[in-house]
Amino acid sequence: MWRNLARLARYRGLIQSLVARELKARYRGSILGFFWSFVNPLLLLSIYTFVFAYILQNNDEKTKPYSVFMFCGLLPWTWFSASLLEASGSLISGGNLIKKVLFPAEVLPIVSVLSNMVHFFLGLLILVGFMIGTGHYPDPGDLIFFPLVVIIQLVFTVGLALILSSLTVHFRDIRDLLANLLTFWFFATPIIYFYRMPSVAHFQWLFNLNPFFHLSVSYQEILFFHDPFTGGHLKLLLIMGAASVFLFLAGYWLFDRLRDSFAEAV
Amino acid sequence: MKPPAIELSHVTKIYRRYGGRHFATLKSALLQRSLMRDLQPRETFQALEDVSFAVTPGSTIGVIGRNGSGKSTALKLVAGITKPTSGTVSVRGRISALIELGAGFHPEISGRENVFINGIMLGLSKREIQKRFDEIVEFAELTEFIDAPVKTYSSGMYMRLGFSVAIHVDPEILLVDEVLAVGDEGFTHKCLDKFAEFKRRGKTILLVTHSLGLVERFCDEAIWLDSGRKRGEGDPKRVVGAYMTDVERQEEQFLASEDAKAQAESGQPVPSVEGPQAAGDAAADMTRATEGRWGSGGVMITDVALMNDQGQTTHVFHTGEPIRIRLRVHAERPVEDFVFGLGLYNAEAVCIYGTNTDIEEFEAASLSGDADVTLEIDALDLVEGTYKLDVAVHTRDGAPYDYHRLLYTFRVKSRLKDVGIYRPRHRWTFAGQVKFKSKI
Repeated sequence: MWRNLARLARYRGLIQSLVARELKARYRGSILGFFWSFVNPLLLLSIYTFVFAYILQNNDEKTKPYSVFMFCGLLPWTWFSASLLEASGSLISGGNLIKKVLFPAEVLPIVSVLSNMVHFFLGLLILVGFMIGTGHYPDPGDLIFFPLVVIIQLVFTVGLALILSSLTVHFRDIRDLLANLLTFWFFATPIIYFYRMPSVAHFQWLFNLNPFFHLSVSYQEILFFHDPFTGGHLKLLLIMGAASVFLFLAGYWLFDRLRDSFAEAV
Repeated sequence: MKPPAIELSHVTKIYRRYGGRHFATLKSALLQRSLMRDLQPRETFQALEDVSFAVTPGSTIGVIGRNGSGKSTALKLVAGITKPTSGTVSVRGRISALIELGAGFHPEISGRENVFINGIMLGLSKREIQKRFDEIVEFAELTEFIDAPVKTYSSGMYMRLGFSVAIHVDPEILLVDEVLAVGDEGFTHKCLDKFAEFKRRGKTILLVTHSLGLVERFCDEAIWLDSGRKRGEGDPKRVVGAYMTDVERQEEQFLASEDAKAQAESGQPVPSVEGPQAAGDAAADMTRATEGRWGSGGVMITDVALMNDQGQTTHVFHTGEPIRIRLRVHAERPVEDFVFGLGLYNAEAVCIYGTNTDIEEFEAASLSGDADVTLEIDALDLVEGTYKLDVAVHTRDGAPYDYHRLLYTFRVKSRLKDVGIYRPRHRWTFAGQVKFKSKI
């Protein structure tokens, strides 16, 4: 396992070019092309803002401007959920590579996560646009923690992606199961609602068990709220980070164990 | 002596078939706590059994064998795509496997980008690809189309590009799995030239192919796999010869069993005659291609044997060999009006030759009890193919005693792939300003 992990570092170039290929191929042939990477989150944001700020009249003063608040949680969530959905099918759709070429299979789910991360970064540009538009800026002192959250989310997502992708080879229904589970998970995470609402506090212990809760809250505290992050969610985020590293290692271990069955089962 | 470039020692590969997996869902696996059990194999299939061989660096090895004999599995093991169930595979040197050409091409992006990504997958660095890029594209004959998305390529273009990338990886060991059928004649020659160049430069080539001629003239050594076991190894001519003999033996068995089946199905002659009634009908009947057996049964053909010149019964002959066809007949009561006849057909039931004792002016006198009738053909001058036989005994005006229609099959083998039915004895002579390279 450790040897394979070390070998993974040598595949940097391969991962890099596969991510680039993924991004290029995705919008090849569409008229707006790469512009979709901006349009997609923008449309999503407009819909959610319309529903939650105007239809449902969410008037909590603390979460204003609501569109910026929601975007802080929605962007990382989109990265997370799209990565998992893509990664879970990545070994099957890349079956040709695994069966016919000597190819490090773990590259495939990792590429899924990374290419969605690029979309996440592009989405951040829109977030910046909204911040400028609404005049609501984050606290610059907190921003140094932003890369930390991103890295923790990356490690966490890759770990989950490795587990899901290797199991999906044997149990194809994981993909369908996952799509439903992610919808549930989305609503169970304070992204479109505020995590300090009294009704949330009631279930605090349950929310604490939700790993994405810590991520989304961290994003919101760093990018939206002005209270210092060091006094906020940082401690829990670090615990979550340690857990993510553990999850990654566990995921890699499982993937490595099932590796030899891929070429025959996909 | 140098250490071998490829070494398999006591390699066994068992494929696990996850039977019923389509119904074993995660839900049931979790509910019945059978997750770990479901990850265990249900059925197994032994693709290779205790196979050992070593390939010295710089040699070219041909792997031959029937479909499903484990050739491709052996290649995948050497390539490292699958792992042996037991035994060890060791490989010294950079490998390029031409197993699936263009695996990993992405249809939406251009040929150019795919060459880079494919090259990186095969272990080249970006700079190395840059250096060889023009050569790759030129070899694939795709200079005009290299910037078009790969999805617009024809399958031939696709494979040529895949081949070209794989071969320009500059491996020390090249694994080739039956990929020479990727292009037109010209491209195939280019590939062979490329292989020859590899050979000259002292690279090791492991070639899986059904083209025995290629193995004979191109390989230094051949390995013959049969149902996962190594049956032969060594001088390609000898191994290919042994393999061909075995294939013939199998064909022989197959034809014998087919014949037995056909005869069992047709059974005893049907007493009331359905077949040719008069001599005139007999000719028309020659072109009718339904197998069967009919006749009054007054004289029975109890056995038909096809024999080679050594008198051994066989179903496989070689072009130009003698053949003997022996009918064993039995007449319940003595008869005085009888004709023995024989017709030879090709697989499309076209009559090649037909004769009988009446046509050839034998005058029947008497037949009683058991008798043997043998027709000897000095040289079976037919091209390769499957042939069928009619045998009959009937009266002079054509009423059959026992008529066996297309019940006997034999195969003619030839080293040459000439076409048609009949192969006249012939020779070529050349005079003047014409020269050939010596025959392979």
